[in-house]
Amino acid sequence: MGERAINNHKLTSLAAAIATYVQDGAAIVLGAALENAVPFAATHELIRQGRRNLNMIAPISDISTDMLIGAGCVAEVTGAWVGNVSGGMGHNFRRAAEHGLPHPIKINDYSNFSIGMAFFAGAYGLPYIPVKSILGSDILKSNQKIKLAKDPFSGEPVALVPALKPDVAFLVVQRADCDGNSHIWGSTGLTQEASIAANKIIVLADEIVEPEVIASDPSRVLIPGFGVDAVCHVPAACHPAPLIGKWKRDNSFFHDYHKETRDPADFARWCDEWVRDLPDHAAYRAKLGGQLEELRVLGDAPSAPANYATE
Amino acid sequence: MTEYSTQELMIIAAARQIQDGERIFVGMRLPITAYGVARLTHAPNAVGLFESGVARYEPADGMLYTMCDGPNQLGAAWTTGLIQIMGLLSGGRVHAGFIGGAEVDRYGNINTSYIGDTENPKVKLPGSGGAPDIAAMAERLVIIINHQKHRLVEKVDFITSPGFLDGGDARTKAGLPGGGPAVLITDRAILQPYGPTNEFHLASIHPGHTLEEVVQNTGWALKSVPDVAQTPPPTKEEMDALHHIDKEGFWRS
Repeated sequence: MGERAINNHKLTSLAAAIATYVQDGAAIVLGAALENAVPFAATHELIRQGRRNLNMIAPISDISTDMLIGAGCVAEVTGAWVGNVSGGMGHNFRRAAEHGLPHPIKINDYSNFSIGMAFFAGAYGLPYIPVKSILGSDILKSNQKIKLAKDPFSGEPVALVPALKPDVAFLVVQRADCDGNSHIWGSTGLTQEASIAANKIIVLADEIVEPEVIASDPSRVLIPGFGVDAVCHVPAACHPAPLIGKWKRDNSFFHDYHKETRDPADFARWCDEWVRDLPDHAAYRAKLGGQLEELRVLGDAPSAPANYATE
Repeated sequence: MTEYSTQELMIIAAARQIQDGERIFVGMRLPITAYGVARLTHAPNAVGLFESGVARYEPADGMLYTMCDGPNQLGAAWTTGLIQIMGLLSGGRVHAGFIGGAEVDRYGNINTSYIGDTENPKVKLPGSGGAPDIAAMAERLVIIINHQKHRLVEKVDFITSPGFLDGGDARTKAGLPGGGPAVLITDRAILQPYGPTNEFHLASIHPGHTLEEVVQNTGWALKSVPDVAQTPPPTKEEMDALHHIDKEGFWRS
């Protein structure tokens, strides 16, 4: 086997990656897999570093977007659903949309499939993409960027969805090497399209492994290292969301968040306790302590190996 | 007689909407349990689809708070991406889908986005998720909602997921490929579109509920189909399947 050049310079702390790659006003994908593999560690760090005027782009990212809105980081939400999957509505999202608190936000409505196809167009260089699945929906009225048109071939109505090209995508992966070659397994939502569409990719790896481990199974690579800008080793970066084969969902944490963020003062206290008063994700994990250990997946259900031999 | 709660009857009524061999867009919460009951009873060859990127044959073994939880992925038929799974919908390959909502109107249009004005909402609801895609593209749609006057309304404030729009053939004219809502299951009754207007009519009343009560709790002048039925109570087989699927009773309480 030939030697591969190993690039170590991408391995960095999450704080350094965000300081380098995320500017105020950036369009960010943080949680493209829906309810699993949400990069909550990055949510916390964006709040700690006080980023402002972000455009959060995701189909659904559970309470991550709600936290960033409450912390005053968000100017725009581009997505299909914002709330608390366990608890229901997101209090900060409601306050911002209904009362402009802590400040008003612009909402760009999409459905899951239409935002997916917008990422697809962004990833593969298409200016827009025709979609039928939001016909009849008032999303066509509330989101002025999507245009109703006639299919030039059939004459039938069709919605034209412009390409979405985010500035930065955060990805939680089960394992990566220090060059950013990453293995992901389980359902991935829009992770692939959103990452390829994004200008910069920051990988949050639950585990850093030798390059040979990743190279042994290239079919499990969703994003190859040559597309990745920074690799951060952050175990349980997904907490309280699950990561297949690694961490279970901390459902009570979602319910507690719902109860403890009902008014702005409550949210400020919650945010101090769980984000601002902690220096980094290691401190967050230490604070969770035994609660996090109980969520660790200890079982064994490995897939059968795939043979890539040539002779 | 088999003992059951209203919630259990709703789950079983939803399960009965699934035909054997069909590809079903399951979604979250109550329909996950309904899919499991259908698989264990009358639809052993149904396939369950989850928009996060999961297709399953067997119902998941273990508690699912969301479709992305580990038990929904272990032993799945396919774990992939959203575009691959929702692409089956867009490609016209999905027989039925389930959705809920905050409001539904007489033509089966569903609102999960804004109560009041869009620019200045009284309540900002979480939003659409994949519901418009399912409502637009599935061959038929099953709507599940609690039967209250403020939920079953004359006209929704915002059409997140289209039913029959303004009624009649408005849905076809808008270019929507899927067949639209086939049934609305509540905790009191079952409503179905009837006649050329496609307005939802009362089709079946759950045991223990009355016509008067159902009409009073509906936000439009509810008409009935010619022969209103009584919803058959759950059978022992259905209840056994339900208790097997939802061991902890999480989705039945």
